[in-house]
This record gives sequence, structure tokens and C-alpha cells, in this order.
Amino acid sequence: MMNQPLIEFRQIVKTYGTGLAQSTVLNGIDLKIQEGEFIAIMGHSGSGKSTALNILGCLDTPTSGHYLFDGMQVESMTTGQRALLRRYYLGFVFQGFNLLNRTSALENVELPLIYRGMSSKQRHELAMDALKTVGLEDYVDHTPGELSGGQQQRVAIARAIVTQPKVLLADEPTGNLDTARSLEIMEILSNLNQKGITIIMVTHEEDMAAYADRHILFKDGQIVSKEESGL
Amino acid sequence: MIWNALTLAIREIRRNLMRSFLTVLGIVIGVASVITMVTLGSGATLQVTQDVASLGSNLLSIRPGQRMSMGVRSSAAAFKLDDALAIQRDIRGVKAVAPMSSAAATIIYSNENWSTTLHGTTTDYFTVREWDTELGRTFTETEVRAGRALCVIGTTIQEELFGTLNPVGSKIRFNKMACQVIGVLESKGQSSFGSDQDDLILMPLKTFQRRISGNTDVGRIQVAIQEGLDTADYQTKIESLMRERRHLSDNEENDFSIMDMKEIASMLSNITKVLTMLLGAVAAVSLLVGGIGIMNIMLVSVTERTREIGIRLAIGALEKEVLLQFLVESIVLSSFGGLFGILLAIFASYGLSVLMSIPLVFNPLIILLAFAFSALIGVIFGYFPARKAARLDPIVALRHE
Repeated sequence: MMNQPLIEFRQIVKTYGTGLAQSTVLNGIDLKIQEGEFIAIMGHSGSGKSTALNILGCLDTPTSGHYLFDGMQVESMTTGQRALLRRYYLGFVFQGFNLLNRTSALENVELPLIYRGMSSKQRHELAMDALKTVGLEDYVDHTPGELSGGQQQRVAIARAIVTQPKVLLADEPTGNLDTARSLEIMEILSNLNQKGITIIMVTHEEDMAAYADRHILFKDGQIVSKEESGL
Repeated sequence: MIWNALTLAIREIRRNLMRSFLTVLGIVIGVASVITMVTLGSGATLQVTQDVASLGSNLLSIRPGQRMSMGVRSSAAAFKLDDALAIQRDIRGVKAVAPMSSAAATIIYSNENWSTTLHGTTTDYFTVREWDTELGRTFTETEVRAGRALCVIGTTIQEELFGTLNPVGSKIRFNKMACQVIGVLESKGQSSFGSDQDDLILMPLKTFQRRISGNTDVGRIQVAIQEGLDTADYQTKIESLMRERRHLSDNEENDFSIMDMKEIASMLSNITKVLTMLLGAVAAVSLLVGGIGIMNIMLVSVTERTREIGIRLAIGALEKEVLLQFLVESIVLSSFGGLFGILLAIFASYGLSVLMSIPLVFNPLIILLAFAFSALIGVIFGYFPARKAARLDPIVALRHE
């Protein structure tokens, strides 16, 4: 008997456009993800994996189907409710790092805490902890322009985990990095996973996917292979 | 939340200091010009009111006018001394009646000369104009009746002819006559029409008529009404008395005019008030233009920072939080503009009021109003860009290059 899954997709469909111009990006996806899993979502570009990640991350809504997050029905939520869900449960890491320019690493990491209404002292402490976790405690005052790509991605990870989210969503986190830096990032993600954070990562690199517990392969808007969870 | 938005806004403004400054320049100039215009306008209004008050309050001035007869314009008959006496005698509530005749003349003292205006009048003139001497004395009833060759001079004459000497007792000459200076009038300064009120010589009316004009005409009659009485009433009373004395039939128009100094005062201050409003309105247009400048830059800023907005939305910022951030930023921006504008206005008003020699009348209300308006501009012109930012789709915004 399995626990109730943290994330559950039931017949998720996503279409864009109408009439003849209509294109179906996700065509009836069923998916269950347990708390603490490390998932790699794979597939060619256009296979629907990024759309699936956007829906998982509550940035986008499905055209039909049900999405349950920790028992909450996401598809019927308002934009504001989804924003709050992101704020309290989710962390994001992007391929392009997406840090604020001309803003120090520390301030970048503090950013999500501002929306939690924390005092600046509390923010500072938590952000310092997060930067220590990714090994950047000596670079707190550096701006993204003064950091290497690998370091920037580590700042982005620190920003994603500073709120202690349940789930970390990573969209091609190593896509812009060389192999050595990529492996460093994967080590960090792996460590975070061992501390209990659920990680869902989109990638097309087999080497990176190897760190995950389970691979989900997308093709033409459908899941073609779904290894059973080892948990 | 507000506090966070405020610190964020200030950080963002500091990050683009030069651009922020140029953005608010429109507001700075707008606020500064509105305040300066209104301040100078109030100063000018005060100046006019003071000037007219210095002419004497409750003052009516009667002059013979022109009469139209068969389409031909000709000057009407002059007044005589009897007309002035009749007003004094027949109308109750009249404080003083001063008949006056004037002529231009060049006066000579020692080897100095000066062109000025001579006025022949009676002792009532000093009552009517509420004017006293600074040195010496005014002439007496007896001296006026006797037509003695005495005169009272304005301070300009004193300065021009006597310099630092005391003129009382000296004799000055004009044409073929000489007269003894018995007093110097207090200085009244420049009138709002730009004429020098101290550039005059007064002498008894009889002396003037006999020695200067050679006739018994009276150029105008100045009437002071007792305090607290309605000058408009007296205008009608004097009008009907004069019509009777000048034998005008009911269908004839007045061949003289009665001016009420209070009316002129209120007319003049109305003119300056209207001008102040007009100038203020023109300046307010520049405020509007400044506001559009802010909107423009805020729109640019939203586009430039699309990815930042995407990041904020992705990490869970609510639409209203993003809206507030940008709104606060534009309000802070325009309020800073307002503050700088007020500072600039204070300097400009001070400098210009000294230059134009008008009193400085700072109206705290207009300063407050201009500041509130500049903040309001921030709200109005910041709202549209802020809403645009808040409504961005995080996925699209994150992909934005």
C-alpha cells in the first residue's frame, strides 16, 4: 500500500489555440510522484516536458484533467492561490539562472523571503545558510556578473531552497554549463534530495538523469516510459 | 509590504540614478513653475492692494469727461471750486473734498532743474490722501484762501534738487514764479502702475490758478467718504448732484466720470489673480507633461525588467505585490521630483521677487497642493505600467530576453 502521492496528474491535457490551429501539447498524462523522490523528466524538444513542468510548478494551468498537490486541487485555483502555493511549497531553478542583475548573491537569495514578510535579520540568516549549503558563503556580495555560470546556478539553487520548499523544480539546470560544473550542480541537487526535498528535473542529458531515482520519458505529449518508483 | 516596496523602489531608483533624475526633471520643473508662478502672483496682488490702499481708502475721484454731441467729441466744461464746495456742503458723510488742478513744469533750484507735475489744491488734499509731511508742515486754510506762494514737495524733488540739504525755507522757481518750500511729504514709493508717487509739488489752489494756469478751472475733485460708509451710494449721490449742477437733462449722458479707488483696487487685484491662475494653469500643463514622462520611463522599465518580474511571479509574488512595487516606485520617483521642485521654487521665487521688487508671499497650501499633485501623478501615470507588469504571464516573462 503506497502513501498518498505528493503530486498526482490525472488525465492532464494541455492544448493551445482553437479550431484548425489547435495543437495538443499534453495528451492525457497520468503521473504520481511521492514525497522525497528525485525525478528526471526526459524527452525531445516539443515532447511536452517543459509544459508538464510548468503545470507541475503551478505556473500554467491544464486545459482539462486534475492536478492534486498534497491533496489540494490545483486546476481550480485562482492565479493568486497558485502564487501562494509556489511561495510556500515550490522552488524553481532555471536553465538561464534568472538571477537579478546588479544585485548581490545574498540579495538574490533573500528575494523569496521578502514575500514571506520576514524581518531583514531573519532573511539574512536564512540566506546565509542557503548560500553555505551550495558552498558560496565567500561570494555573498558578488553580483551575478562577477560569478561564473556554475556559481550563478548555485546562487539560483540557494534562492530556490531558502524557503525550505517541499518540491524543487529544475528546468535543464545544467543546460548552460560544462560537464565539470554540471556534475557539481548534480551533487548539490543529490544532497538536497537526501535531505528530503522532492526534486523534479527536466533534462535531456543521460549523465545528469543518472542522478535521479526515476526517469519519465515524454514523447509527443504522452509518457512513453515510466519506471516504477523504487520507494 | 509597503516598507519592502519602498526600499525596493529606492534601490531601483539609485541603480538608475541618472535616468531617474532625467525622468523626474519634468515634474521638478512643473512643480517649481506652478509654485513660483502662484507665489509671484500672490506677491503682485499684495503689492497692488497695498499700492491702492496708499492712494487713500474710501476715495472717489471725479473728472470732467468728454461729451458726445452729434457724433463730435469735445471736452466737457471743467469743474470750478464751487463744485467741490457744493459736494462738501450738500452731501452728508463726506469727510473731505479736495479740488485739484495740475500742470507739468520744470522747476529750478540753484543750478539744478527737474521736470515734474505741479498740483494746486486745498488742505483737504492731505486728509483725502491720508498723507502727512516728513519735514516742515502743510499749508493752512488761511494760506490757501490768500493764495500764498508756498509749496510742499515730494521726496523725489528733495533728492533731485536738494540732495542731502534741508529744503524747508528754500525758494524754488518755475516759469516766472518763485515759491517757498514749507514741507516735504512722506515717501509713498512707486505705484503699481510704475509711476513715482513722490515726484510732485503741491501748492494752494488759488496760487496755482492765478500764477500757473491763469483760469479758475479745477481739473478733478477727490472726495473721501467717512469710514464704514458704502462708496457706491456716494457715487450715485455725487453723480446726481453733479448732473444737476452741470444742467444735464435726463437723456444726456454724464460728461464727467467718477472713479472709485476701491473698485480699481479690486479690479486690479482681480486682474493679477486671473493672471496668476492663468500662469499657474500653463505651469500645470508642464506637470502633466512631466507625468507622461514618468509613465514612459516606467513602461520602459517594465519591459526592461520583464524577466525580473517573471522571477518574482515564479517565486510566488502576488499580482498585487508586483503592482504595488511598481506603483510605489513611480510614486517615490514623482514625489522626489515634487520635493526638488519645491526647493527650486523657493530659490526661484526668492530671487525673482527680489528682482521684481514685489513682496514674497509663500502660500503653504499651494506647496502642499503641488506636492500632493506630484504624488498623485505618480499614482495615475504609474498605475498603467504597474498593471502591465502585474498582469505578465510568468512563463512568458521568464523566457523574455
